[in-house]
Amino acid sequence: MSPWLFYLFAAVAVTGGLLMITRRNPLTSAFCLVLSFLGLAALYAMLAAQLVFIIQILVYAGAIMVLIIFVIMLLHLTDKELEENRVDWKLTVPALVAGAVAVFALVNAFADRERFFGRVPEDFGNIAPVGEILFTKYVFAFEIISVLLLAALIGVVILARRRT
Amino acid sequence: MGTTTVMIIGLDHFLVLSAVLFTIGVTGVLTRRNILITLMSIELMLNAVNLTFVAFARYFGVMDAHAVVFLVIAVAAAEAAVGLGIVVSVFRNKSTVNTDELTLLRD
Repeated sequence: MSPWLFYLFAAVAVTGGLLMITRRNPLTSAFCLVLSFLGLAALYAMLAAQLVFIIQILVYAGAIMVLIIFVIMLLHLTDKELEENRVDWKLTVPALVAGAVAVFALVNAFADRERFFGRVPEDFGNIAPVGEILFTKYVFAFEIISVLLLAALIGVVILARRRT
Repeated sequence: MGTTTVMIIGLDHFLVLSAVLFTIGVTGVLTRRNILITLMSIELMLNAVNLTFVAFARYFGVMDAHAVVFLVIAVAAAEAAVGLGIVVSVFRNKSTVNTDELTLLRD
């Protein structure tokens, strides 16, 4: 695992995230978030998670972000409406405190172990072995997800329908 | 410490990166008043958690976390769709996406 590639993709992900929360126009934010998601996808690939890598690009950077961009364009916010969406910088303080605590806790959680990555089998993270786990150990969750998606589908149609 | 920890990428690097991304997401939710950017920040937070899952999967050499990440992404897709449906519905009735002005339940 090349350290410079890790730092490059980590920088892409963090920069995309920071731009996302600071841009005034939600459309710019959405494209910065796509950048961040692509950086994260590259990191998944570095961690030998091929299925997650593909799903990240197809579903996250693809489908979900297209949906968000579609709604942003549909709303077509005027400059006046965007002007009102100012940033409340006071609240960054508790967020940064929470972030510092999270970093500290995560790093110390496994403090007594060697934390470097070992070797994994050739097919680690491929579609076939992950699918096997998904359809045996997590088959109940998998089926529940299909019900959840159906409920979300019907719910959104009813929510967004124009009442006449 | 020193050059070794910087040059060999281990679990800690991914955990810290994930915490940083999660903090960016929390900051976005807390500071921005635009409900669309709040939703996008939540997506970023979900992704930070996914990164932790995948890093731990690689570290422990088990693929269960990949299945969980798959389920998380499915739930995130449903969450995004419902969230955006609510945004569209609210914008149609109130003509605003500013969370400070959405006080229907308080009034």
